[in-house]
Amino acid sequence: MRSFGAGRQYAWLERTTPDTDTRSDPHRLMIATVEERERVVVRFAGDSGDGMQLTGDRFTNATALLGNDLATLPDFPAEIRAPAGTVHGVSAFQIQFASTDVTTPGDHADVLVAMNPAALKADLPTVARGGTLILNEDAFQQRNLDKAGYETDPRTDGSLDGYQVYSVPMTSITVRAVEPVGVGKKEAERAKNMFALGLVSWMYDRPTAPTLEWLERKFGGKPEILDANVAAFNAGYNFGETTELFAHRVEVKAAPAEAGTYRNVAGAQALAWGLIAASRASDLPLFYASYPITPASDLLHELSRHKHFGVITVQAEDEIAAANMALGAAFTGQLAVTGTSGPGLDLKAETIGLAVITELPMIIVDVQRAGPSTGMPTKTEQGDLLAAMFGRHGESPIPIVSASSPSECFDVALDAARVAIRYRTPVILLSDSFLQNSSEPWRLPDVSTIERIDPNFAEPNGAGFHPYARNDDLARPWAIPGTPGLQHRIGGLERENVTGSISYDAENHERMTDLRREKVAGIAASLPELEVDDPTGDADLLVLGWGSTAGSIRAAVRRARDGGDKVAHAHLRWLNPLPSNTGDVVRRYPRVLIPEINEGQLSLLVRAKFLVDARSFSRVQGRPMWADELDDAIEEALRG
Amino acid sequence: MADTLERTKKDFTSDQEPRWCPGCGDYAILAAVQSFMPELGVAPENTVFVSGIGCSGRFTYYMDTYGFHGIHGRAPALATGIATANPDLTVWVVTGDGDALSIGGNHLIHALRRNVNLKILMFNNQIYGLTKGQYSPTSEVGKVTKSTPFGSVDRPFDPVALALGAAATFVARTIDNDRKHLTDVLRQAAEHPGAAFVEIYQNCNVFNDGAFDLLRDKTQGVHNQIRLVHGEPIVFDDGAQCVRLAANGRLEIAAVADTDPAQIITHDVHGPPSLAFTLAHLSQGPTEPTCIGVFREVQRTTYGEAVHEQIARARERSGDGDLETLLTGGDTWTV
Repeated sequence: MRSFGAGRQYAWLERTTPDTDTRSDPHRLMIATVEERERVVVRFAGDSGDGMQLTGDRFTNATALLGNDLATLPDFPAEIRAPAGTVHGVSAFQIQFASTDVTTPGDHADVLVAMNPAALKADLPTVARGGTLILNEDAFQQRNLDKAGYETDPRTDGSLDGYQVYSVPMTSITVRAVEPVGVGKKEAERAKNMFALGLVSWMYDRPTAPTLEWLERKFGGKPEILDANVAAFNAGYNFGETTELFAHRVEVKAAPAEAGTYRNVAGAQALAWGLIAASRASDLPLFYASYPITPASDLLHELSRHKHFGVITVQAEDEIAAANMALGAAFTGQLAVTGTSGPGLDLKAETIGLAVITELPMIIVDVQRAGPSTGMPTKTEQGDLLAAMFGRHGESPIPIVSASSPSECFDVALDAARVAIRYRTPVILLSDSFLQNSSEPWRLPDVSTIERIDPNFAEPNGAGFHPYARNDDLARPWAIPGTPGLQHRIGGLERENVTGSISYDAENHERMTDLRREKVAGIAASLPELEVDDPTGDADLLVLGWGSTAGSIRAAVRRARDGGDKVAHAHLRWLNPLPSNTGDVVRRYPRVLIPEINEGQLSLLVRAKFLVDARSFSRVQGRPMWADELDDAIEEALRG
Repeated sequence: MADTLERTKKDFTSDQEPRWCPGCGDYAILAAVQSFMPELGVAPENTVFVSGIGCSGRFTYYMDTYGFHGIHGRAPALATGIATANPDLTVWVVTGDGDALSIGGNHLIHALRRNVNLKILMFNNQIYGLTKGQYSPTSEVGKVTKSTPFGSVDRPFDPVALALGAAATFVARTIDNDRKHLTDVLRQAAEHPGAAFVEIYQNCNVFNDGAFDLLRDKTQGVHNQIRLVHGEPIVFDDGAQCVRLAANGRLEIAAVADTDPAQIITHDVHGPPSLAFTLAHLSQGPTEPTCIGVFREVQRTTYGEAVHEQIARARERSGDGDLETLLTGGDTWTV
């Protein structure tokens, strides 16, 4: 099927890298050859209204179903609809997929699909030298070049020399392909992202059925829109197949994977589902209170969909209210969670302190974003570690757990709930913008093996009730309203240990301060030891990380080993308390490098706590850390 | 959850000794609340008192119920979490003018807007007592305090008008030393399904003594309390004065002797909020004849009911959630 006009000569198709013109290759005239590649990074970029996230998401899905390992990076502006055609309105989606394991969305794109000049301008720096650029030719008009800030047309001024450039009139072909459907020109043009998806799907031999089925599900009720999108998608796919434009197709075989059932999952989903799993494991209703904030809102959206799990979601009037509502729910015996991002964490600080002194179980999710202040709301950072650790007045210790990949958010949510409930303490769960939005294949856990979490509510025993009597974990009883005989009062004033009466006694305050610290420190006894990936056991350098840098560190460490260096990697999930062997691990190696997307917050803690000369490698550019910048840092640390 | 067990004031009195200044109006309110709680038929274990910061904040410690003394201004939010999570509980919020209207203003209006099933008692003494005497958001203009030695320049809130503006379903005002009126209003608040806001004029005898004398003092009070009773003409001052409809459509205070009885306003708590709002604005503050009693009482679904009904409907529609189905929903593949 050639819905865009069979038999038409594509004279307007132009490749601007004549040195590799394969049209003269006789084989190319017959059928595109297939090149097998281990890994590919594709980046879709366009206006924020061009549907690039959707395009990327669909491509990801088809890729996941093919069995490739993958990692994705959505990268979008804060403005919902920034002025069309401008560089700051560019929205992009990057995916790395491979026949071996993938640890990052890729430092550099092999292929950039740019829907307009602004997208090219914004994202060309992300493309590997010699990479492929697929440009929407229709958008390269003077007006758009001006808006993107190009003084000359980059397609002809030599600035794209060294790239494989394909100029395809995506908009006009889409409009022609969609013509028979009879939708308006605007609707027709809007479908150009599906053309791009179809084209790239052909290039990488992705199955078309998942996308077509998805379109049917999404637009089933609007037949015209459905037909338009299907026509555009097919047009793109057929364009790849029938033109001789592209040198070859690329095949990336399925990655070997452990047996099991897989799905693709984004961090926000995995975190929400992990909280629901914790609710099931503890038999406690899940109560989630939150105020809309980028990039944490997806958690509220996801949980709000699952009311049939008994999930209560409250969109509070502000961040402080959300924290207090959650704490109130915790008092009644629910699995209470509040979620936010950096600015909201600041606002919740006083309430978290109240949770610390009232010793109630509660989870505070902080999806970190680039700060300070409003900062760059859609960009990622690991800048809140010290805020989580110390961002409250007084001595206010709190357990902190972090996730290192999108799917790991599921396990970490369960971990946070387990510790919060067992130790009667608020727990801060650190995610970040990158983890929240990016996705990866996830081998689904056997839900029947999820360990039960016992809320262990206090029960009346006839004797007097002491709300601050402690068990071996130093945890106090969780006595919930509605339980006869256990009426008690808690609050923000210092309590006498055991009885819970208000106390201004000097010795008692010191004792309670010690107890709160000891309780949190004691959690380490229930945590697994820090594992070190050190194949030879005598590495010259330990790279210690936490959170979403895991993939990049793993990739860089692997490359360093391939180059003959002895490098070990350890990645912390719990940041407070640290696993009990952390001191031994960091002291075992002659050199320690701590890469973070902040100015050295973990390294400050490690240096202070263990008196080791840990070196910090810091990047704060609002993006994930790249493996290749770590290559240099590792090299330098080894030689330095 | 009302039951029929016989209880006494003792069942609601904790072992903590109240620590307010001698002569504080809070003692009278505490005694009234402890005394009338048994009448409600709600067990102490199903009752929760939540408070914020300020002298009123200590209230929770003196009730032998479940209690949560939160941080400054946030009691309505804390209580919203409690009441929403477990709608079977009877939840009271005790707050003050600074706590509720200054630092916690946002939570108050949203709790009222949502109609969370809370009984909110706001002790209004028109001063910051615990921090030792700064002017509050209900202090009159020109108030001389430590923080305003030349007099305050900002206009106060009228708490009743504010609550009405926030679409509260129950709004009332009463006075700390009128045990009968206080108990009567609190009982109505307790029986109201939804958010009930009660402003209690409370004398701070240390930092703002006599602020409400015009209404609290027995001899003056008779002339200046405009007692609102649903369905009855609004007449006060031993029958000498009334609230009537003026020619311009506004309400005014006039001598009954000079008024056609048809012009005297009959109080209606269930109607549109305009009457209650106008009555709230009849005086500029407790320095002239002022309305007390229930201003408004209307029925609306409570927040907790609505939240749990939505969950029940989702379960009817989709069955109780199954974790495995959730995880395997969408596209999966098997290796």
